[in-house]
Amino acid sequence: MANIISDETIEYVGILAKLALSDEEKAQAKKDMGRMLDYIDKLGELDTTGIEPMSHVFPVQNVFRKDVVTNGDGSRDTLENAPEQKDNMFIVPITI
Amino acid sequence: MSVQYAKQYETVIGLEVHVELATKTKIFCGCSTEFGGAPNTHTCPVCTGMPGTLPVLNKQVVEYAMAVGLATNCEITRLCKFDRKNYFYPDNPQNYQISQLYLPICRNGHVEIETADGKKSVGIHEIHMEEDAGKLLHDEWEDCSLVDYNRSGVPLIEIVSEPDMRSAEEVIAYLEKLRMTIQYLGASDCKLNEGSMRADVNLSVREVGAERFGTRTEMKNLNSFRAITHAIEHERERQIELLEAGQQVIQETRRWDDHKEYSYAMRSKEDAQDYRYFPDPDLVPVYISDAWIAAIRDGLPEFREEKMARYKEVFDIPEYDIGIITDTKHMADLFEETVAICNQPKKVSNWLMGETLRLLKEKGMDAQEIRFSPQNLAKLIALVDGKEINSSVAKEVFEVMFEKDVNPKQYVEEHGLGTVNDETALRTTIEEVLAANPQSVEDYRGGKERALGFLVGQTMKAMKGKADPGMVNRVLKELL
Repeated sequence: MANIISDETIEYVGILAKLALSDEEKAQAKKDMGRMLDYIDKLGELDTTGIEPMSHVFPVQNVFRKDVVTNGDGSRDTLENAPEQKDNMFIVPITI
Repeated sequence: MSVQYAKQYETVIGLEVHVELATKTKIFCGCSTEFGGAPNTHTCPVCTGMPGTLPVLNKQVVEYAMAVGLATNCEITRLCKFDRKNYFYPDNPQNYQISQLYLPICRNGHVEIETADGKKSVGIHEIHMEEDAGKLLHDEWEDCSLVDYNRSGVPLIEIVSEPDMRSAEEVIAYLEKLRMTIQYLGASDCKLNEGSMRADVNLSVREVGAERFGTRTEMKNLNSFRAITHAIEHERERQIELLEAGQQVIQETRRWDDHKEYSYAMRSKEDAQDYRYFPDPDLVPVYISDAWIAAIRDGLPEFREEKMARYKEVFDIPEYDIGIITDTKHMADLFEETVAICNQPKKVSNWLMGETLRLLKEKGMDAQEIRFSPQNLAKLIALVDGKEINSSVAKEVFEVMFEKDVNPKQYVEEHGLGTVNDETALRTTIEEVLAANPQSVEDYRGGKERALGFLVGQTMKAMKGKADPGMVNRVLKELL
């Protein structure tokens, strides 16, 4: 494995992804991520000169909606997913 | 207040301006964007980020973004696409915001601004389309936050300037210019206090003559031009004081507190890579043809500068009036449509400059909220011209028209406000007034001109304000 993920990197990626990893999970994740980067390096060996970067897998473009209201009051369905609610709103831990 | 520093500093400012577009529906679903609905009533599985839903782009969003780009001299990106910006926050139910990082719709534009120091061009780095987040309300009593997703998915454009501004004055001139342009396009109402236009200020300082920029901070929560000006002045001083003390400016996001007039650090600024952007696989690319660009360009309105020049040439009204009338497109349209009906630019201008501005100010309204129609204003002018009502009655009728857009002709008839042109009736009234005020009659005959004014007033009062003042004067003098 050519790419070595440092402890700091795995710690930081964990913070960004909001994941609390155990030491074993960290070791495993470091190994997996190193392998992913190795694979990207392998792809990097290909000569891609003159090839347009692909922006979508399907050869489809310009799929639009008209600016017309089609949805009514969706609050009942939306709030059905709220573990806790008050005044028609989701309750979440205090955030500033 | 001018503080003396050891060295000379230059302030470098760039802006990120978010503008809520005036579409009827959200950017990726058919939910209403109307402001003020009961919490979560304008939501659906798409704008609340339910798994398995498919966003579909609102074409009007693309067209508004293109129009703003063309009006600010941008190049339109022929093939643009959407990316996901990943972050976790309760106002963002998908855990990513759909935005544009790699191929924003508009790039390399500029606008001209004018300040006391003269004219200047401010570069626009890019304009991209994205979705707004929901709204968090903080419940202090319950120690929790409440989330309303009505705003989630409301279309925004973010206009990113180059770091070309050097003072608060230039920043305000730039924002005014953007606001005016976008309002004229009808792409947004651009209200800072209601959040339909939001400006984040990126600011750094450097020694005069230095080649590299200093470390910048980003300031958020600026809800008025006044707050922006104060925040810029404070941040400039804060950074200079750090540098003078041999300390470093930390790259961070700061939140401005307008009541306490200072800013505090919110979080250290993430790098773009921390957002782990990647192309959104649910949305297909947007290809913009030459024909589409041409169609949008053809639909651009006449902007303020051109309008002012035309008014000066075509209508005989003062430059000051022109400036105020063209300040909003709504007022300018009202002016032009009324003049088209009655062909009396000066009189239309007088109603707008006088009573309209007075009532707007009195009621704390914006010109965009004017409700009366050009047809009714033209009718009111015709009533005055035809001496069917006198000017004080006209003002009274105008006030009702301003409030409820009533048809002035009908209103005057229904309320019996028409000028009484029956000279016989007027004569009878005047004779009564003269009989009741022998002292004034004597005074007038003895050479006291002022007594006439009093007698006119008494006659008008007796006629309930509906007499033609010219006729009252004439008949009075005759009988005296």
